[in-house]
Amino acid sequence: MIRARDLTKYYGPRLAIDHLTFETRKGEIVGFLGPNGAGKTTTMRILTGYMPPSEGDAWIADYHVVDDSLEVRRRVGYLPENIALYDDMTVWDYLAFMGQLRGVPNLEQRIAEVLERVNLVDRAESFIGSLSRGMRQRVGLAQAILHQPQVLILDEPTIGLDPAQRVEVRELIREIGQEHTVMLSTHILSEAQDLCDRVLIINQGRILAEDTPEELELRLRGAQRVRLQVGGEAGAAGLQPILSRLPGVLRVEAVDDQHLEVELAPDAAPSTRPALAQAVLDAGYTLHEMCTASLSLEDIFLQLIREEAASGPAPDAAATPTANEEA
Amino acid sequence: MRAIWIIARREFRRYFTSPVGYLVLFLYLFILGLIVNNSLQQAYAFSLFQGAPPPNSDIIIGPMLTLLVFSIPALTMRLLAGEQAAGTLELLLTAPVRDWELIVGKWLGAFLFVLVLLALTLIYPLALHLLIEPGLDWGPVISGYLGLLLVSAALLALGVAISAMFRNQVAAFAVTLAVFLFLWMVSSLAGAGNPSEGVLRYLDFGNHFYNAFFRGVIDLQGIVYYLSVTAFGLLVGTVIIESRRWRG
Ligand SMILES: Nc1ncnc2c1ncn2[C@@H]1O[C@H](COP(=O)(O)OP(=O)(O)OP(=O)(O)O)[C@@H](O)[C@H]1O
Ligand SMILES: [Mg+2]
Repeated sequence: MIRARDLTKYYGPRLAIDHLTFETRKGEIVGFLGPNGAGKTTTMRILTGYMPPSEGDAWIADYHVVDDSLEVRRRVGYLPENIALYDDMTVWDYLAFMGQLRGVPNLEQRIAEVLERVNLVDRAESFIGSLSRGMRQRVGLAQAILHQPQVLILDEPTIGLDPAQRVEVRELIREIGQEHTVMLSTHILSEAQDLCDRVLIINQGRILAEDTPEELELRLRGAQRVRLQVGGEAGAAGLQPILSRLPGVLRVEAVDDQHLEVELAPDAAPSTRPALAQAVLDAGYTLHEMCTASLSLEDIFLQLIREEAASGPAPDAAATPTANEEA
Repeated sequence: MRAIWIIARREFRRYFTSPVGYLVLFLYLFILGLIVNNSLQQAYAFSLFQGAPPPNSDIIIGPMLTLLVFSIPALTMRLLAGEQAAGTLELLLTAPVRDWELIVGKWLGAFLFVLVLLALTLIYPLALHLLIEPGLDWGPVISGYLGLLLVSAALLALGVAISAMFRNQVAAFAVTLAVFLFLWMVSSLAGAGNPSEGVLRYLDFGNHFYNAFFRGVIDLQGIVYYLSVTAFGLLVGTVIIESRRWRG
């Protein structure tokens, strides 16, 4: 459904995305996961026909995003990041305008359906300027699905929503995903895991990994971080060389005088943790706390970058079934 | 083509849901009324002394061009600059609408509004017609209004193009007005014997109006001039939107 080959975009001299290649299938929800500035919005803007790439090609439903831009735009529904709407129009008038531009048949009926779907029936006559952030987001979604596009591109669809609304919008996306191909961007790991059939991880304009959420989780669970709170005269830093020597320990970092973060190898034996505790006590320190530090998105990127460096380019070319298909 | 009409209709309606539209209508009619009233009083004062000819439609159509020069920047400033500032342009540019359709649609919406404005000003010639004996000579009125329509088309197209260059509506307004004033004064820059005098005179949009349409002459050269400027403005606007896409 969506196909990108060596997609590259420069903003002036700045490289925003760097030879992205990926593919999504029909009826799939694909997550685009990456930190700020990773290039998610840039990629999506190219896929929606908003701007051409500097290099490379992309196709939506086999239409080229530059050469057949209009055909692409007819088939794509787009929710931009920080959706901007016409505040001086009512919800209904706005949807009518967008629907007319897109030549939606039976427009009135379709608007009513869509409003039902995004749960805004009672706000149809409200001015958009008077809506809450979450409602505006839902107007944006309504606009994106109005013409029943084959491909939906949603740029951070749940950003700025409260938890209840976030759940609601996710539910809606899941529903939509049963009929449409959906590509959504997020920097919330759990959201990608929750919603998506497949996740593309992107950082600094490059795809670091491409996996099902399950595979991804498995792989990430391998990397473990343990956080220690210790007491001792020499300070936590004094433990660093001692702990680093233990088998299964990749890296030790003294956060401050009392805290250490220890990164364990993915294949570290289960006995590594008790060994850590023992080593702390043997060195004459007291151990106050020991817990698993959760991996942040940054940690994941660090790990993926390290993996990439260790195994050369395209680390998962053989590791995942999806990557195999493309190769 | 359908998209042009949809965009134009929305833009036209927007003038009536925002203060700018009403403000321009009100000020235009009000100031024109003041000027016409003033001219009439002067004319009557003169006619007390000598048998001066009765006032004609010139006192109405003459100032209308000037008022358009100041009104049109206010009508065009937000057309694209507003969309860029608000970020709403993104969804327009990802809708199945060609860039030139967007530009022409915006222009047409504003042009329809000016049509309404000019239609409302017809109350002044009608009133004058009733005031004077033996009534108004309608020839210059018709050619005058035709000229004003052509001038409006051209100025609106330039305004749309300039609006596409900016995110800031005030900047768009100021630059549009500056360009209009320049094009209006340009022939006065041409000293006699200046080699570029002919070109400068041709560029002056006031000349084509006052030397022809205003005097009751429907001038083909003037029509060509105004339509060319219109096409030029719409083309430049389209190119600017396209280059916006490339720059991202
Ligand atoms: N219009 C622009 N002009 C210049 N540089 C830009 C522009 N838009 C994005 N960039 C740059 O391109 C890079 C990628 O930005 P992009 O907006 O695609 O990231 P993102 O993944 O969407 O980030 P976020 O999570 O913050 O939305 C960044 O370095 C950004 O500074
Ligand atoms: Mg973004």
